[in-house]
Amino acid sequence: MHLPAILPWGAADGFSKQMLLVLLSVVIIATFFVLAARKQQLVPGKLQFAGEMAYGFVRNSIAKDIIGGKDFMKYVPLLFSLFFFILVNNIYGAIPLFQLPTFSHVGGAYVLAGIVYITWIAIGIKKNGVKYFKLATVPSGVPFYILPIVVPIEIISNFVVRPVTHSLRLFATMLAGHLIVMIAGYGIEFLVSQENILLQGTSVLVLAGAIAMYMLEALIMVLQAYVFTLLTAIYIEGALHADSH
Amino acid sequence: MNQLIISAATEGGEAANPLVPNLWEMFVVLVGFALLMFIVVKFVVPMFEKTFAERAEAIEGGIAKAEKAQAEASAALEEYKQQLTDARAEANRIREEARAEGAQILADLKEKAAAESARITAQAHTQIESERQAAVVALRSEVGTLATTLAGRIVGEALDDDQRAARVVDRFLAELESQNAGAAK
Repeated sequence: MHLPAILPWGAADGFSKQMLLVLLSVVIIATFFVLAARKQQLVPGKLQFAGEMAYGFVRNSIAKDIIGGKDFMKYVPLLFSLFFFILVNNIYGAIPLFQLPTFSHVGGAYVLAGIVYITWIAIGIKKNGVKYFKLATVPSGVPFYILPIVVPIEIISNFVVRPVTHSLRLFATMLAGHLIVMIAGYGIEFLVSQENILLQGTSVLVLAGAIAMYMLEALIMVLQAYVFTLLTAIYIEGALHADSH
Repeated sequence: MNQLIISAATEGGEAANPLVPNLWEMFVVLVGFALLMFIVVKFVVPMFEKTFAERAEAIEGGIAKAEKAQAEASAALEEYKQQLTDARAEANRIREEARAEGAQILADLKEKAAAESARITAQAHTQIESERQAAVVALRSEVGTLATTLAGRIVGEALDDDQRAARVVDRFLAELESQNAGAAK
């Protein structure tokens, strides 16, 4: 089911299949959208329409709806890149022969969550100055005697837990889905190779379950790309309007 | 790094920790994502935004044109309505004028007819009066002459002296008139 690894998975250096897929995703996304956007007709063709739908989804349903205001356009490139980068890399897991959602390796998820983490903190500081950390950790309208409890919670949840959950959510769902589909695959292989005909027959049940899980996985792949991007937009919005939260 | 190599070397075995990242993979994702961001910022977003802006402009231009046409049409309609109202008022005015003129002419004619009849009546009165006067005068002289002649015949005396005769007649007539006047009273 797997393409042969270019080098053993665990190799600390060397070029693996996962890296190849990451770079391939860049080529796929860039090619598709540049082709779709190239002709720039007022009445779009099929390809351009598909590209515009996809672009408009991130631009309007995520960036505009969440961040809003006049300056949401500044963050559209980041959100757009994140969404389709994650989407394509996740979908790999549902494509036969590829069968590897690249974010089931945790490194990529750390990198993206880290980029987002740095981005929203930078936006917050740029917008509100150093006061941003006070705005982000001391909620207004809370009685002073509760502050000693609330402030540490806010610090931990905003600055420590947030990037961790942001990255691990993506990584864990991809890894789990990947594992389930792989286990089902190997299970079927194992059952089919049994001598007992009844045992072989049970592989049909596993196959049915595997197909259902595969569908669920495909849904989760799309959903996680959306969730990651949506959370990014929410973090950016929170940093932009820290003074009104 | 040592730690990484160890964990990487043992990956696939029981000790592999999936939370420990492979640095090279992180590096590739970083580079790949940076490359994608570059392409998106440089080409994809500007191209789509340009198309969106052009389309919005085209649609808004179309709407503006349609609104202009609509405004022109309603202005023309307003003008026609105005003209129609004016024409109706004009027709009414003319009709009223004609009616008034007709009434005027009728009144004039009536007045003229009345005046004519009055004139004719007056003329007839005058004529009758003058004729009566003439008859009275003629009668008076005639009666005088006849009476004188008759009296002369009767008394045998010529009452030729006209002056005297006229005096007698006049006195007689005056008596007669006073008698008449007395009777009338």
